[in-house]
Amino acid sequence: MASHAEGQEPVTLPQLLLRNAEQRPLAVALREKEYGIWQPITWRQYGERVQAFALGLRRMGLRAGDKVAILGDNRPEWLIAELAAQSIGAVSMGVYQDSVAEEVRYLVDWADARVLVVEDQEQVDKVLEIRAGLPKVERVVYYEPRGLRSYRHELLMPFEAVEELGREGDAAGNTREHAEAVAATRLDDVAIFSTTSGTTGKPKLAMLTHRNLVTMGHSLQQVDPMEPEDDLLSMLPLAWIGEQMTAVSCALLVGFAVNFPERPETVQDNLREIGPQVMFSPPRIWENLVSQVQVRIEDSTWLKRRVFEWSLRAGFELADARRHSRGPSRSLRARQRLAEWLCFLWLRDQLGLRRLRCAYTGGAALGPDVFRFFHALGVNLKQIYGQTEVSGISVVQRDGDVQYHTVGVPLPGTDLRIADDGEILARSPAVFVGYYRNEEATAEALHDGWLHSGDAGYLEEDGHLVVVDRKQDVMTLHDGTRFSPQFLENKLKFSQHVREAVVFGGGAYPFVSALVTIDFGNVGKWAEKRQIAYTTFTDLSQQRSVCELIGAHVERINQDLPAAARIQRFLLLHKELDADDAELTRTRKVRRQAIAGRYRELVEGLYDPQRDSVAIENEITYQDGTKAVLRTDVRIVVVSGPRRNDA
Amino acid sequence: MMRSPPSTLQEPAIATPRPDGAAPPLLEVTGLSLRFGGVQALDDVSLTVGRGNIFAIIGPNGAGKTSLLNSLSGLYRPQSGSIRYHAHDGNDPVDLLRLRPHRIARLGIARSFQNIELFRHMTVLDNLMLGRHVHMRGGVLSCAFYWGAQQREEIAHRRAVEGVIDFLEIEALRHRPVGTLAYGLQKRVELARALALEPRLLLLDEPMAGMNAEEKEDMARFVLDIHEERGVTVVLIEHDMGVVMDLSNRIAVLDFGRVIAEGPPEEVARDPDVIAAYLGQPHG
Repeated sequence: MASHAEGQEPVTLPQLLLRNAEQRPLAVALREKEYGIWQPITWRQYGERVQAFALGLRRMGLRAGDKVAILGDNRPEWLIAELAAQSIGAVSMGVYQDSVAEEVRYLVDWADARVLVVEDQEQVDKVLEIRAGLPKVERVVYYEPRGLRSYRHELLMPFEAVEELGREGDAAGNTREHAEAVAATRLDDVAIFSTTSGTTGKPKLAMLTHRNLVTMGHSLQQVDPMEPEDDLLSMLPLAWIGEQMTAVSCALLVGFAVNFPERPETVQDNLREIGPQVMFSPPRIWENLVSQVQVRIEDSTWLKRRVFEWSLRAGFELADARRHSRGPSRSLRARQRLAEWLCFLWLRDQLGLRRLRCAYTGGAALGPDVFRFFHALGVNLKQIYGQTEVSGISVVQRDGDVQYHTVGVPLPGTDLRIADDGEILARSPAVFVGYYRNEEATAEALHDGWLHSGDAGYLEEDGHLVVVDRKQDVMTLHDGTRFSPQFLENKLKFSQHVREAVVFGGGAYPFVSALVTIDFGNVGKWAEKRQIAYTTFTDLSQQRSVCELIGAHVERINQDLPAAARIQRFLLLHKELDADDAELTRTRKVRRQAIAGRYRELVEGLYDPQRDSVAIENEITYQDGTKAVLRTDVRIVVVSGPRRNDA
Repeated sequence: MMRSPPSTLQEPAIATPRPDGAAPPLLEVTGLSLRFGGVQALDDVSLTVGRGNIFAIIGPNGAGKTSLLNSLSGLYRPQSGSIRYHAHDGNDPVDLLRLRPHRIARLGIARSFQNIELFRHMTVLDNLMLGRHVHMRGGVLSCAFYWGAQQREEIAHRRAVEGVIDFLEIEALRHRPVGTLAYGLQKRVELARALALEPRLLLLDEPMAGMNAEEKEDMARFVLDIHEERGVTVVLIEHDMGVVMDLSNRIAVLDFGRVIAEGPPEEVARDPDVIAAYLGQPHG
């Protein structure tokens, strides 16, 4: 058992909610923006709505051990449905809201869900379309009734109707019934099914117990204590374990407020309005912030640009000095203070990061350049490492001990070990109990309580963990060194003109090459400024000048790389990578195998020295269902530079 | 066992129209004729728009569709005929031909324009607030001091506008100047401006012109939602036949200023006159 804060007895998530509603009934638990104004929901109201929904579910016939699937954008109702299910001993499972119909069908059916809670008309339509494939679903509950007025399907039921059902009868009796149900929940009951990201095939359902989730929250609190007065902006899918970790486990444990963005498009504005103290995002979000700053600075006036550049230099120097545990000189400190006043304070304010105390990135590796950028800006960004199977987090960097190449040291109560083949193994009370209906995968992942992560890595002498890459992705270059494609991809992605990159090399490939997708918005802007005419993404990506732009970036990267790891040829993909085409996971990680398979001709072209372009055909399906074949010549760019004078 | 949900679905504010169009009409146009010099834009046009209908006006270019809409909203003054609007149940109908456009707006008739007519340098929010101008009561003095009643009025209007913003999902655009928005979004703001007036009758002039398939789908969904959730009667001009057939429950076809067919979509689509007007007369 891991130690818990101040010897507190750990309790289940719905028990934590009851505790908060009792101890701090009038404090803000959730906030939602309605009619342009942030509307608070107190802990007492949160508790009452969970009680109503939970009793409603019971009266619909749901019992302990049943499953409730939830599909929708982040809203109070999402959390209410989750905690209500857990209150009656049922299991909640989040489904990514942008999943296509077939993914939803597979997950909901595999989980044996009896009730499906969805957001709006779009999701209802999606579910009704796959109705035949969901024989076990008895009720579809929706919480945004807009456009559903004329729907008369016997499965459908509005969210308020379930709550109404739970409020029927004697109020005191209802409260007692709910309290008894919550008291009966056990720490070792399964609380949620969390879908694994599936970089390697069909998603699996990891079963996480209350003990797993609460322990993880406690351990994180010991490293970075959060305050009840803190705010969190819940902007990432609640189906993701990272969001479960912050918006559910930590929020219930600590009692801070969870704020929901008005719409997915308003996240940037909402971030600034809320000014959260806590933020956990995958690298994608941080990378986007960097490109945003870079682009906006480029668009600003000469003076502002010069001030920014000067400030950033001071910031970089200070960040580097701190990282090498050197005390900064007095003049550097003075410069940094001036930079803070002239630039960083305002920049952080614009980005909504001004009050940020705990900023984490996890889910995939974040390039060191992005790290250095945020630390220069004065944002205490820290890497965490973990996976769905350890409730999200097992290793975290400590304040003042941030090394860009490591992911930090284990959480209290977590044992870490490197297997003989280099695989990272973890053991803690937060390790999951298995995959639902998949013994084979469970047996592969769990041995004597040790979780086999599938990641390759090593421990440094000071106990810091270094994650190299997915075990199966690590490549052995022609000179025998082992190399991580992710490392190169992150370097490529640091440019605001690059959105995604997939690097090939090692094994059968004689040299390293890359498949790059441009950032349409930023490259488009760049092209407009230079009066380069283009029509579509495809057209823009194949412009000679764009190839040269990216080529120059690749050359710069190559200068810092060992000879064997240098990128010798690359191409700009004619389309963006898309989760709907199974090229990215729902958490926007690149699915290397899928891409290598789908674009085999392109990859072969990269390794055929005779060719300078590859003709590619791809079939696209229009919105109205008609299909068309598009033909494109994709250029292959040969990178010039210092690759001949290698050692 | 699952229990059946209690019936919380309310009936729409306005009864869904019966297919025979027997609902008391909202708008009756009779013998409307409009000439510009020697050009006969509208020639003895008569039609009836039932309460709660989505009524589409279609026809080839230059058939007089926009002229008809402009006559309804008071922009044009037809030389003869009448447009009777039943503003309130039971009351006598009002003849719109006698009224100036701002009076017509006050009766609950709003419109959107084919070419976006918004203040490009003002924010979306300000444009929408302006859309509520007909409902504003404050004078120069009370607005200058702003206390009390005036402040309450402003808040009530802002609330109504926020309702429209939420309805059309343009929260992210609130404070953006209209001129900086993409065309499809400007069209949506144009619709929002018309909705801010809280109309009973909404006149839409080609709400989907120049949009891509996805934007059209969104817009069609909004029009349906407006009709269903807000109980608004809609008269729209549209060229996309797919949209017209899906959305409307009655269609009038204009050709050279005359109504050549009127009825439910299936009927109109089969009408030989309509086919001839669109495809030309068969030779021989």
